[in-house]
Amino acid sequence: MLELRNINKFYNPGTINEMCLFDRFNLTIKDHEFVSVVGSNGSGKTSLLNIICGSIPIDSGGIIINDKDISNIPEFKRGRHIGRVYQNPSMGTCPNMTILENMSLADNKGKPFNLRKGTTKSRIDYYRELLRSLNLGLEDKLNIPVGSLSGGQRQAMSLLMSTMTPIEFLILDEHTAALDPKTAEIIMELTDKIVKEKKLTTIMITHNLRYAVEYGNRLIMMHQGNVIMDKSGEEKNNLKVDDILDKFTEISIELGN
Amino acid sequence: MIEFIFDLILGVLEEGFAYAIMALGVYITYKILDFPDLSVDGTFPLGGVVSVVLIIAGVSPVLTLLISFLAGALAGTFTGLIHVKLRVRDLFSGIIMMTALYSINLRIAGSPNVPIFSKETIFENSFLEKFISDKFKPYITVTILLIILLIMKLILDFYLNTKSGYLLRAVGDNSTLVTSLAIDKGKVKIIGLALANGLVALAGAIYCQKSGYFEISMGTGTMTIGLASVIIGTNLFRKASFIKSTSAVIIGSLLYKLCVSIAISFGLENSDLRLITAILFLGILVVSNDRKRKVKSNA
Repeated sequence: MLELRNINKFYNPGTINEMCLFDRFNLTIKDHEFVSVVGSNGSGKTSLLNIICGSIPIDSGGIIINDKDISNIPEFKRGRHIGRVYQNPSMGTCPNMTILENMSLADNKGKPFNLRKGTTKSRIDYYRELLRSLNLGLEDKLNIPVGSLSGGQRQAMSLLMSTMTPIEFLILDEHTAALDPKTAEIIMELTDKIVKEKKLTTIMITHNLRYAVEYGNRLIMMHQGNVIMDKSGEEKNNLKVDDILDKFTEISIELGN
Repeated sequence: MIEFIFDLILGVLEEGFAYAIMALGVYITYKILDFPDLSVDGTFPLGGVVSVVLIIAGVSPVLTLLISFLAGALAGTFTGLIHVKLRVRDLFSGIIMMTALYSINLRIAGSPNVPIFSKETIFENSFLEKFISDKFKPYITVTILLIILLIMKLILDFYLNTKSGYLLRAVGDNSTLVTSLAIDKGKVKIIGLALANGLVALAGAIYCQKSGYFEISMGTGTMTIGLASVIIGTNLFRKASFIKSTSAVIIGSLLYKLCVSIAISFGLENSDLRLITAILFLGILVVSNDRKRKVKSNA
């Protein structure tokens, strides 16, 4: 279980540009929930993920995972239990290293990076099997650098690599936004398959309202650092894209647009 | 004429091999870590002075190489700590270390020049006197240099293929991924800088033993020579994936030294050396477009 308790976050504190993003923000995400997060730009979606992962510090409040406050634990240590896929496909892989080397790196997460051989020979077949499940033909290109793959192929690899070792949370930051519609569809289906197989607790930011409605078992909409819509279970299943759009219109009218 | 060319080639090989060890260090920081590390201008003479002073104190010349490596690695660790822990920009961390090392090197040396002409070195000692025939004498230095260089290259190749080496390559390639692997990227950078500066200091020690003296200004331009070698080598063999980058760097170092030697044999003087280095380096950058690519990819 992930709990955000009374999170306060200011940007540029003490200056003329001071902006309060989160004011006593609270959110609880139960185990095995797949939460889609929608909201307009600047509503605090990505900041939310950055706060959970530790990429940005919070001013006060608590981030509690399984009854333990992790708000003072550095980002890299939190990474042990968190897998993250970014909007930019090149963030999840090393472009100058080969597919095989990238897979080996990901496979070794949580184990010591010592002076043993980087790629364990006996694991290669396993990597091939994993890559074959992507249906992108990557299993035959083990020795080419990841930098020469397309964005979609790289994003598929990022997804595979971030979920290869046992993790508790999967954080998806608009991970289909930079892909063409067809590839985005493939990545989304793959995401759903992996999340279900590994029973991961997942938070997915998306601007694609159809994905937000179709996938996951909970949907929240954020606006100016607050959750203004939170649907799960039966309510979420009955939710339609138009309902979310209506809510979006409602906020923009409030803002006077 | 033949004798002249022969001497030229032998000289190029000797200098090229000695500097190639240093270039392997620069390869680690510049190419792998993507860290423009200027501290090498200080760690090259640091290795030299440590070796020379220890030889005078009676330590075995081979052992001084190891100690020089460790001294360089320590200096590299400091550069890394300045960058990682005190959050100083990479370029500045190197400059700070380079400046500090100038005084430290002078302290260790005691004077700007320290000769070891009469002392035993790895190139001139009673062991070699006894077992090597006179006919082979002119090739002893180049052979010993080649052996050390190859050992270093093989160790580096091995290391870059270990799990730790993968991490080193990953941190320069995409440090976000290293963080997500639950690894402190700062620590990896420090390891890389220590290793790189250890190699550079080792090269400095070898260079001093080869020339028979330490001189305080020997470090000026080390970075430029290293970068030139790395950029020539890696660009020349960019398409040839069967050649390891470390081999490419060694060939780059030899080619660079060849260019300099040819320039000097065409009537330029030793005092023009740095000017030649600068012009050559500029030429290489313009031709290879390396700088442009780097600027673009960092933008």
